[in-house]
Order: sequence, then structure tokens, then C-alpha cells
Amino acid sequence: MATEVLMPALSPTMEEGTLAKWLVKEGDTVNAGDIMAEIETDKATMEFEAVDEGIVGKILVAEGTENVRVNTPIAVLVEDGESVEDAEPTAPPQQLVAKDKAQSSEDQPAAGMAHPEPVKAIAKAEAPWPEGIKTRQMTVREALRDAMAEEMRRDEDVFLMGEEVGEYQGAYKISQGLLDEFGARRVMDTPITEHGFTGIAVGAAFGGLRPIVEFMTFNFAMQAIDQIINSAAKTLYMSGGQMGAPMVFRGPNGAAARVAAQHSQDYAAWYAHIPGLKVVMPYSASDAKGLLKTAIRDPNPVIFLENEILYGKTFEVPEIDDYTVPFGKARVWREGSDVTIVSFGIGMTYAMDAAEKLAGEGIEAEVIDLRTLRPIDYDTVLASVQKTNRCITVEEGWPVGAIGNHLSAIIMERAFDYLDAPVLNLTGKDVPMPYAANLEKHALVTTAEVIEAAKKVCYR
Amino acid sequence: MKNSTLPKLYEDMRRVRTFEERVGELFVRGQSAGSMLHLSIGEESAAVGVCAAMQDGDTFTTHHRGHGIFLARGADPNRMMAEIAGKDCGYCHGKGGSMHIADMGLGHLGANAIVGGGIPAVVGAGLSARHQKSGAVSVAFFGDGATGQGILYESMNMAALWKLPVMFVCINNQYGMGTRIDQATANPNLHERAEAFGLAARTVDGLDVEDVAEAATELMDGARAGTPAFLAVDCYRFYGHARKDKSPYRAEAEEDEGRKKDPVLRAREKLIEAGLMTEADLDALDATVAKEMDGSIDFAVAGEEPQMASMFRDVYDPSQPEPEPVRVRLDRVLAQG
Repeated sequence: MATEVLMPALSPTMEEGTLAKWLVKEGDTVNAGDIMAEIETDKATMEFEAVDEGIVGKILVAEGTENVRVNTPIAVLVEDGESVEDAEPTAPPQQLVAKDKAQSSEDQPAAGMAHPEPVKAIAKAEAPWPEGIKTRQMTVREALRDAMAEEMRRDEDVFLMGEEVGEYQGAYKISQGLLDEFGARRVMDTPITEHGFTGIAVGAAFGGLRPIVEFMTFNFAMQAIDQIINSAAKTLYMSGGQMGAPMVFRGPNGAAARVAAQHSQDYAAWYAHIPGLKVVMPYSASDAKGLLKTAIRDPNPVIFLENEILYGKTFEVPEIDDYTVPFGKARVWREGSDVTIVSFGIGMTYAMDAAEKLAGEGIEAEVIDLRTLRPIDYDTVLASVQKTNRCITVEEGWPVGAIGNHLSAIIMERAFDYLDAPVLNLTGKDVPMPYAANLEKHALVTTAEVIEAAKKVCYR
Repeated sequence: MKNSTLPKLYEDMRRVRTFEERVGELFVRGQSAGSMLHLSIGEESAAVGVCAAMQDGDTFTTHHRGHGIFLARGADPNRMMAEIAGKDCGYCHGKGGSMHIADMGLGHLGANAIVGGGIPAVVGAGLSARHQKSGAVSVAFFGDGATGQGILYESMNMAALWKLPVMFVCINNQYGMGTRIDQATANPNLHERAEAFGLAARTVDGLDVEDVAEAATELMDGARAGTPAFLAVDCYRFYGHARKDKSPYRAEAEEDEGRKKDPVLRAREKLIEAGLMTEADLDALDATVAKEMDGSIDFAVAGEEPQMASMFRDVYDPSQPEPEPVRVRLDRVLAQG
């Protein structure tokens, strides 16, 4: 079947150009990839190449012609034995590609840049456990406690240390019941001395134990950040692989409510920056349980970022013996075709809330929970963006150097041609957390902002 | 006198001193050895005296000035020198260097170059030892500079609170980089601080290695039995803070006086006085040590640099798949198309 060759757009903004030179003549056989012509605009000259093989049946626009509109038929390719008259108008995008530059839509691969094919991982919302498994309602708090208890029963070397984890049953009651079951040797109350007990736990990990360090909140872990980064994260590398620090640092992270600047901070991006650490930030109870169990077994230091507001939230948790969730695998909570919303931790509450409301307005959002920030599941994010062509990210941390910034860069690099709008990063405001209720609410990311951003990238 | 340990103590100190004197030769031999080399010349009695009290299975951490301590614990000077030169045959395959030497085999839980940074790990190791009933003591070596860091007091408090088999050894060479101790602390009787936390604590003059060894043994035996201990060893840092520091902040007269406090010379004199070794014996021993340390330079010079492929190794535990660099991974995933 004869096909028309259309004037290509060399850039998203190009409307017309000069057909500078034909490199083929009527009667020539061309193969996919052969250079057919040179196109000039006021900015550049570029070669374009054939996508399909065929015979140049007719040249419709002579070389040297100026102001040729994009998508104007400029030649007709025929198959052997066909006549030019058999040519049918076809959809423009599949015909030709500019040699060096991507065209405006995802359908026009840029030959020179090795246009990425869609990734294998398909963003699909499915229950993270097999169908038919019984579940029960459980709070994030209970899920975390169960995860620790199960792992402490499994492995005698696992122990918990931190402020008020024993007699007090945990400042946020996460370690409820653990002292009774495991005794003071494995549920160790420490003085208020984060730098000290963190370093001690690192030494215990060097010495073969599997410490879980509870920070009453991650705000206090800044006292200990030297030990977390310079000792826990780097020693395996510095020692040439001789000894690492298999341990978990866990506790609530991010804003609670009305506790002001020093107690309301999201450290996700801080720790995700560090090679040698793994960083986990669960949203649901099942993930809190499954990921904490994985963290305790991991031979590397793991930062496990919980959230005070999520502690009391109830989710379905599968009744599976030894339920674990692997690192580096995002969960798609909701499928949608219009826009991808990527979030993690408490950011998911805004993402899910916004998606619900957007659906009411006819925008179907796909919601991805990253679950772990080191490693990050890029595959699922990219697959989704290639489907929806739009992406917004939602997190509680500050805007400079945010996780969303990193994802934007990766999407730009790997799925640039698929984007129909800039990636927008929704974050907390660039201020220390104010105390006053009205200011605090405004300083956090809000559902309304997520909805607004989703509409913006959908041009609605 | 027949059972004297002094000849061995002397030999160990001589090995430390000669090793430290040779380190600079790496540069002469065209090797790249980093700009941060902290020598422990003048402090040999602290390293050797305390290590003489340690037993197999005991663990320790050091500060950035830790070559001598590790040597005194039995390190192979070849692999140490190779590590300092950044060679694959070094203790850490060239990825740690002078300030991060570690060796699990000899109980070295790592040199830590953040002042005070290595101290809490020994309390953790003490906790492990008790948990595992291994009977081991863990020893933190640090300088007087670290006594300004809160982490020391947090660590001493918990060691005493939990009665852990831990010993804190402060090698007081009088200087935290360029600041003399009397410029940095109002009460230079450092052991009094440890006493306040409930540790068994002493200060000993580092001039005589036998005094150091005796004090260390007494305290370490107590630590093994559950009374954590603190020992300050008074000595003098003969040279600058690091290789290029000519210590312009202290008077020559002070340095001349300080260098009289030489534990290696003192042990040598004692050996001769006691008739344990002759001048000729000692000269022969010194020559043997010099030859060994020259050999370590040759070993380091001959060693291969690490393969570039080792760059991404050991960021995470090797029992899990190697983490690919982000871009390599994306290329692979996208190529599956």
C-alpha cells in the first residue's frame, strides 16, 4: 500500500520549514533508517529518515521550497508494482522521524536519541497479596509491633533499643508488650542520648547483633546523624567489605500536629541521598508490617520512616505467616489513564484523597506509592508516565532537593518524549513548620494543591 | 627479670616508630598516600602498653592516629602500608586508607576519623560480647581532643550503667590539632571525668611502657569482669598534627622538652640498665625492624591499584545483588522494551 511522507516537525514548536535538499529521487528504493531529505528551519538543519521501506513513487515538494507546513505530504512511497495513485492519506506521526530531534508527541520517536521503548513493568493496581487470603483490620501501630515481635521470635540476635521502649511501652506505644515477652535484655531502655545509643547500636551490629534503634522521633536522630552516616552507612565500604552494620533505625518522621518547627520535619530526602543506606517510608499497615520485617532481615542499615498521624490509621493486613514486602517495588493503589500521582508515606493520604475527588470531575489519576526511597522503583513510575503522559509528585518534605525533584529528572531523561506537560512537584512549603494552626495547615501539602496540580498538567 | 616482657614491649614500640618514620617514604617512591597522615611518634607506649593487656578475641576502635595501635595489636605492616598507599592488597582493598583501616580478624572494628566517632562502637561491641558471652573486652582508643565531644560521655555513662566489658583509652598527646589541652579544657585531670561516671579510672605517665602496661592490665581485668574502665596516657606528640603541619603554634623549646619524653629511648635505657639486652642486641633488633618496614614500602609500591570495577562494590552487603548505578539500571530496563 502506498503511503504519504509528511513534512516532519523537528521541534514541538515548529510549524513550517524549508525542504532544503532531497537525498533520494523518484524510483529509488529506501529502507527504514535511510536518510531521505534535509529540512531547514530558522534554528537548524536536520536530516530525516524513512521509517518504512518502499520505492519513492513521487516527490510532491521540490527541494528548495520554503514555508512547507508541518504534516504537508512531501512524497509518496509505494510498494513494488504499485502506482502513486494508490497512496492514501495516513495519520502523520508514524511516517517520518527527524534524525536528531524528538517530535512533539510520544508517537514520534527521536532516532538520534534512541527513543525509549515502554518498559516491561506495567503499572497495575493489584492487591499486594494473593487473592483469597483472609485479611483483618489493623492499625499501623499494631502492624509495626507485630513485625518486631515476629522477627524477635525468629532471631535471637534481634533486639530493640531506644528511649522509653521498655517500661513505658514506647513513647507512641509501638513496642507495647515487647518487654513482657522478650525481657530487658532485648528491649533496652536507654538514657536520652541519641548520639550515644545510636553509636552503641552500630557497634553491636559490627559485633554480630541485629539492633533495631527506635528514635522517639526522627527529629532527634539529627543528634545521631554522624553515627548513622559516617559509621553505619559507610563502614562496609571503608572496610573493603569486611563488616557492615545490619540494623534498622526506625521511628516517626514528619509533621505530627501542632508541635512546631523542631518536631515537624520530613527526612525522606536527607537519608535517600546516602549510598549505603536503604530508606523505607510505608503508608499502609500491611506495608508497615511487611517492610519492617524485610528491613530487620536486611544485611544493610535501613532507615525506616514512620508517621505519627498514620500510627492510628487502620488498613487491611493479610493473615499470612511471615508476610514480607520486598524493597524497591512500588505499589499502584489506583489505576488511571489521565495523570500519574507519585507519593509515599503520609503524602499518600493527599494523593488518594485527591484522586478520589478528581475522579468525580472526570480525571482518572493513577496513584503510585513508592514505599521505598532507596532503592526507588523507577520502572513502575516510568511505565505509568508512558501511559498517562503526565506526572505530579506529592511529599511532605521541603521543595529544594526533594524526592520529587529527583523523579522529575529521571522522567525527563527517560520519558521526555512521553510527557505532555511538565512534571510538577508538590511539597511542603519552604519554611520551618509554624506553630499556629492556620499557618501549619498551609505549610503542609494539601489535597487541594494536589487536585489543582493534576488539573494543571491535564490542561483542565 | 628473666620473665620480663620489656624486650617484647620495646620491639613492638620500635616497630611502631619505624613504621611511622617510613610512611613518608611512600611519597619519595612516587606513591599517592593521601594528605592526611597522622603519625603517632612519641605515643608508642600507649599503643603497645595497652595492647599488651588485650587478649585474643578482644575488639577495639581507634581514632585517626591509629597506625601504631593496630600494629601493636598484630597488624601486618605490609598490608597496612599498602592500604595507606591505596592498593588493592591493603587491609580494606584501598578503599579505607590511613584513617579507616579495619580488620575483623584482629578485632579492629575500624579507625574512625570523626573525632570521638569510634567511641560508642566499643560500647556496642561490649554489649554484643555480653550477649554472646564471649568474655571479650572492647577498647576505644582516642585522643585528648575527643574529650571535648559529648559522645564520649554518653558512651561512658551507658557503659557504666550497663556494666559492660569496655575500656576507654585516652592517648593524651597534649594537642587537639593545633590547640594545647590547657587551651581546650579547664580541668586537664581527664580521669576525674570518668570517675564521675562510675568508671574505674587512672592517668599514667606514658614515658615508661611498663607503667602503662601495668595500669592497663589492672583496668582491663576489671573491665572483663564488668567494671568499665578509663585510662589516660600522658605523652607528647613529637611532630605536627598531620604530615604537612610543622606545628608553628608551639615553641621549639617546648618541643625539645616534650621530645625528651621518649618511651622508646626510655625502654632501651632500661633494658641496658637491667642487663636484659646489650647495645649491640638492640642495634641488631632495630636493624631487623628497619628491614621489615623497608619491606613494607616495597610491598606497597609493588601492589596493584584497585580495579575500577570495585568502585561500586561493598556499598551494600554482597549477599544481595550488586546495586547498579541508577543510569545503568535504567538503560537495561528500557532496553528490554
